[in-house]
Amino acid sequence: MFSDYIIPGIMLIIIVYALIKGTPVFSAFTDGAKEGLKNMYAIAPSLIGLVTAVGMLKASGAADLITTLAEPITSLLGIPKETAPFFLLKPVSGSGSFAMLNSIIEEHGADSLIAKAAAVMTGSTETTFYCIAVYFGATKIKKTGCTIPCAMLADFASMLTACLAVVYHIF
Amino acid sequence: MLNYIWAIIIIGSIICSFFTGNTTALGESILSSANEAVELIISMTGILCLWSGIMEIGERSGITKAVAKLLSPILTRLFPTLDKNGKAYRAICMNVTANLLGLGNAATPLGLKAMKALEEESVLAKETHTADKNMIMFIILNTTSFQLMPTMIISILQSNGCTSPSAVIPYIWAASVAGIIVGIVSVNLFYKRKAGSDVF
Repeated sequence: MFSDYIIPGIMLIIIVYALIKGTPVFSAFTDGAKEGLKNMYAIAPSLIGLVTAVGMLKASGAADLITTLAEPITSLLGIPKETAPFFLLKPVSGSGSFAMLNSIIEEHGADSLIAKAAAVMTGSTETTFYCIAVYFGATKIKKTGCTIPCAMLADFASMLTACLAVVYHIF
Repeated sequence: MLNYIWAIIIIGSIICSFFTGNTTALGESILSSANEAVELIISMTGILCLWSGIMEIGERSGITKAVAKLLSPILTRLFPTLDKNGKAYRAICMNVTANLLGLGNAATPLGLKAMKALEEESVLAKETHTADKNMIMFIILNTTSFQLMPTMIISILQSNGCTSPSAVIPYIWAASVAGIIVGIVSVNLFYKRKAGSDVF
């Protein structure tokens, strides 16, 4: 399958290119891996907080309530109803939607269609509001024009495409 | 904002459990979730560190610059009014490339640099504190985030026993591209409607 070649392919290109350029590959690797460890350490506290919150959302039945309320819309779009919370959560919280993805994988299994759709939805957009806030925060811009509506439209298109592509197995 | 979201999720869940009668399940989930989060983090750490290492090799070898050159024909079309030798354009190229390669730590500072440079190069932004088209286009490119190797997603699937985690990669690419296209088209439509007042 094509996707089986992506990961080894990227590794091959990066390592061969680095060798041609004379980069000391292994020391670069270990430095980067150390950086990765620091990143995990940095996101751990927020992940603990949000996995707990999302766990509560599921256990209390509130998540089911949201999916049931959203069902007329999701069935109209032809996507699994369990993906509805992502449309709300993803643009505002990356770790939150990641925690939600984790609970969906645990409930439905990593090979299920729902888990796959949720994984693609989580992976295909950034945390839009955070990004807009940080980037405009670096400037003196007060009026953001069409930024938010256009970004929301793009997010919605990404997530809808994610669901539909997975449901209809386009690859 | 996360302050409110987190509090609302927790308070909403507790209130909801009174109505659904799931109070026992809620109590259990509070006790087990934190441990579950730590298990998740530990199970993902290996593969995330591995990819950070691989991407660091890429960054040090200068592959970022090579990829930025490849992207240049697309970016000149998205930012037709921008000076190709200017600071803003160069920062945009590097930021988009860093995002593409999943170098999140490098991408954000480059993005902030690009925003500041865009502000300096735009009369509209400097005089009226209004975002111009180039800025909005740049932000859309960042919020839709096309990433070659979605590490976090692969690792969470992997650690939960998915049989082929890399199968989601083409789907993630397709969904990102769809978002980028819709974003670009909607920004352009917005400015077309404002016709005459802006360079299109």
